[in-house]
Amino acid sequence: MKINFEHNQSAHCENGVVSNLLNYNGLKVSEPMVFGIASGVFFIYIPFIKVNFAPMFSFRPVPGFIFSRVSKRLGFKIKRHKFNSKEKAQQTLDAELSKNNPVGLQVGVYNLTYFPDEYRFHFNAHNLVVYGKDGGDYLISDPVMPQVTTLSAKELEKVRFAKGPFAPKGHIYYPTELPNDVDLKKAITKGIKQAYRHMLAPVPLVGFRGIRYVAKRIRKWPDKIGVKKTNHYLGQLVRMQEEIGTGGGGFRFIFAAFLQEASVIMENPRLAELSVEMTAIGDQWRDFAIDASRLYKNRSRETDAYNKIADKLDAIGLAERAFFLDLKRAIK
Amino acid sequence: MKKEEVPQDESCFSHTNMKEVVYAVDKDGKYGKALSSGWEAKTIALNESLDLIEEQLQETIQKIKEGELSPIAYYMESQRMDVVVLSGYVGIWQWKVKRHLKAKTFKKLSDKTLKKYAEAFEISLEELKNPKI
Repeated sequence: MKINFEHNQSAHCENGVVSNLLNYNGLKVSEPMVFGIASGVFFIYIPFIKVNFAPMFSFRPVPGFIFSRVSKRLGFKIKRHKFNSKEKAQQTLDAELSKNNPVGLQVGVYNLTYFPDEYRFHFNAHNLVVYGKDGGDYLISDPVMPQVTTLSAKELEKVRFAKGPFAPKGHIYYPTELPNDVDLKKAITKGIKQAYRHMLAPVPLVGFRGIRYVAKRIRKWPDKIGVKKTNHYLGQLVRMQEEIGTGGGGFRFIFAAFLQEASVIMENPRLAELSVEMTAIGDQWRDFAIDASRLYKNRSRETDAYNKIADKLDAIGLAERAFFLDLKRAIK
Repeated sequence: MKKEEVPQDESCFSHTNMKEVVYAVDKDGKYGKALSSGWEAKTIALNESLDLIEEQLQETIQKIKEGELSPIAYYMESQRMDVVVLSGYVGIWQWKVKRHLKAKTFKKLSDKTLKKYAEAFEISLEELKNPKI
């Protein structure tokens, strides 16, 4: 049994699943549009949560937020199930597939057999679509993969019941009650408003203030925690910024793509100009990553090198502040 | 990022047919998807973190040989788990798992408990008791 589902490779798994599922259900929205409506652009520094021996940096909202925000703003409902029983989880999946309904699944990455070894971590908020069953194998559309693939029932069960933080518990979801016509303009406005509100938030660890705060810490780290740890922290920042799914530059390029698309829909040329500015900021992030990688590759010991890259990050923080203030004016 | 600037460096998916999507502008400034085979700056960051994991693992092996840590610590780290993840897979409280990482406590564990760990690591009971390190 195979549902006629269109697989589109995307930068980010959650955007991709949402965009592909909505397209199947007759609502054409691109990946950047999903991302923008969901206010996906973000920054947060969480020094008290350590992942892989380094503090957490994130360039996006908590997993799951994208889908729920899009559904709220476009006016459709999402049906979600979680399970304690593995058998029930498979029965529900099979039942939906037999109704010709492709479904989204939350899975753990570590046991995804088609991922390169280097990317197999115990990260449990990956998303993919199941669009059919062929004998004992499930037909999988993983949005970050170029082509569709398959997983055996056993393999799928394993990733659906991965353990640890964000354990998926067989989480299955799909959109229901899609409206006949959606008010894209209203949804875009809401998405942009929340984006600048978060990026300009008067909270020290969030948005542009979070970026500037990290820059300040980078100046102190070499003396405080040593060069080796500093390099590892910087490596973590770069990985979060450029991991699969960001579309490059910590999601900044996807957001710029969204602004360009939104400019046409909203008939607001200012948004197209801002898209160009966001692209420049994305390029600044990429520059920062190059400098940071040189730093820990050459194991430079001069503290001046750390001050220089802190300067660069601080400049990004200021640029984002100016940008989101402009965006606020543009949408009024 | 311009489409012609999208990096095509060697990376961990060079040996697969996988490429990742990034967003970039074409000559007319229009955004679209582009495929990247990898980026050096990112590969360096990823390798740095993998090196650290390896270094940590070697330290753990040393500590097992010295009789401080138990083989559970080795299998946990070699499968990139931490106490939180492992606790989820074996269904044992985190504070208990933490104790089981010590060689002293490990020796007193029943086969029933050890079996839970062996199953989580997908190894035999024998391999858990006598790891090849």
